Amino acid sequence: MSDPADLTGLTLADALEGLRGRRFSSEEITRAHLEAMAAARALNAFVLETPDRALAMAKISDARIASGEAGPLEGAPIGVKDLFCTKGVRSTAGSRILGNFVPPYESTVTANLWRDGAVMLGKLNMDEFAMGSSNETSAFGPVVNPWRSEGSNRALTPGGSSGGSAAAVAARLVLGATATDTGGSIRQPASLTGTVGVKPTYGRCSRWGVVAFASSLDQAGPLARTVEDAALLLRSMSGHDPKDSTSLPAEVPDFPSFVGRSPKGLRIGVPKEYRVDGMPPEIEALWAQGVAWLKDAGCEVMEVSLPHTRYALPAYYIIAPAEASSNLARYDGMRYGLRVDAPTLNEVYEETRAAGFGEEVKRRILIGAYVLSAGYYDAYYLKAQKVRRRIADDFDAVFAGVDALLTPTAPSAAFALGEKAADPVAMYLNDIFTVTVNLAGLPAMSVPGGLDAQGLPLGLQLIGRALDEATLFTLAGALEKAADFRARPQRWW
Amino acid sequence: MTIDAAIVRKVAKLAHIRESEDRLEGLAKELSGILQWIEQLGEVDTDGVEPMASAVALALPMREDVVTEGGNPVEILANAPAARGNFFVVPKVVE
Repeated sequence: MSDPADLTGLTLADALEGLRGRRFSSEEITRAHLEAMAAARALNAFVLETPDRALAMAKISDARIASGEAGPLEGAPIGVKDLFCTKGVRSTAGSRILGNFVPPYESTVTANLWRDGAVMLGKLNMDEFAMGSSNETSAFGPVVNPWRSEGSNRALTPGGSSGGSAAAVAARLVLGATATDTGGSIRQPASLTGTVGVKPTYGRCSRWGVVAFASSLDQAGPLARTVEDAALLLRSMSGHDPKDSTSLPAEVPDFPSFVGRSPKGLRIGVPKEYRVDGMPPEIEALWAQGVAWLKDAGCEVMEVSLPHTRYALPAYYIIAPAEASSNLARYDGMRYGLRVDAPTLNEVYEETRAAGFGEEVKRRILIGAYVLSAGYYDAYYLKAQKVRRRIADDFDAVFAGVDALLTPTAPSAAFALGEKAADPVAMYLNDIFTVTVNLAGLPAMSVPGGLDAQGLPLGLQLIGRALDEATLFTLAGALEKAADFRARPQRWW
Repeated sequence: MTIDAAIVRKVAKLAHIRESEDRLEGLAKELSGILQWIEQLGEVDTDGVEPMASAVALALPMREDVVTEGGNPVEILANAPAARGNFFVVPKVVE
């Protein structure tokens, strides 16, 4: 029997080794995490704890380990963002409109994780329908970042939309978590919580069973505490799925085997357009430090240009709301979720959607309906799709000369809850460095680089060619080694 | 483009979301702010540029037009706000 605190402090890779070596059982490490989860309700990271299911899964894992049938993630307890449908377990997407929706099916990504032996601890909080950068749009209230500024008790955001996933990973409540990224929702929370987050190539992970926000941008990925852990999770989550027509029929590389390799000789581009006005000097310094680390590791670093970078966010705020207004039309109160009774059918729709959607979701549906409406379609939607092509072309051009790009992940460290909630555009600017790759469909990841003067984590972002996550894992491994990021949030919860 | 209360009323109707009259002005202001910020896209030369609808350069896969799953009304109705027999119960739509 091991000390529960030791078990929650393990990396996923070490936990898997301990489980395979029978140093502790899945039941023991699962119980240790259930205790940590129950003691951390002040973080509001979980919207649903599933301890009975976790223990039942752990017992099955222990039997599989004993009989020599262990899968690659056998017995490892993880958390699931509540955007993934889980069979027989309430799935809400952080919205009131789904009410007590209990899916009769399992998302492909989570099914892959359970196939490989992972254990589910519960469902993680998130911005409603993944629309937000601070977790404040959740119908369940915001997640609180386990990190605090030095000498301050102020509640900070863990970022969003995958804020529950990031906070749970950072606070050692889970060994890793699933997340999704439509404009930065994996990478920005990773940066704000000192964790590793991967947004894979569009089509790498199946979208089947993931509640849709903006279908041409949505992509699932892992949040974890180390680069190797993220690689282990992504290897299991990935793979072609005939149930998602945009799933890529591509082989899944053995991602963990690319971590720890030398990045010597790789060419790294530093896009000059990411040096934006008002960038905090600490972020600029960390970026320069990242360049120095990669040079020391034998990479060749050069400045490159992505001229349409500044148009990515405005293009995104046409395309994503347009797709969302169409995707969210299905919430009509007829087949599942909330229904508000009213005298006529149209009034039922209108009252149900008024009561079920939060303010940010309504705002985006209205923008989407507006830009798609007669007379504005060409001026807004078609224009944004053309700008999207130019952004993708910019990346194609630079990837002729470099293997990957290095940028900051987010324009600031964790900010206070409430600080940006009143100004939609200020909140949208959180995704200024992350949204470009969603438009282009490219893989990217965030790795912790260091702490700012307040003691809050800051992340570095690596961007790669389509389907070349492997190179990103090699580079991220090199950055992780050089940064030697060991800081942990001081436990206050 | 400035959005006024009348446009918000119309778009909310299109989107099937009830918005009370006293909220329309505030929403109009908010949405106008967002759209004004978006309008910088006008600076980009997109003449002759093919619109990009998908990040995947694949043709949509085709499959046989056959039923792959079905015959499970209990599961399908399990989350219905109202159901009777094997049917969803919805509000009356004809007088």
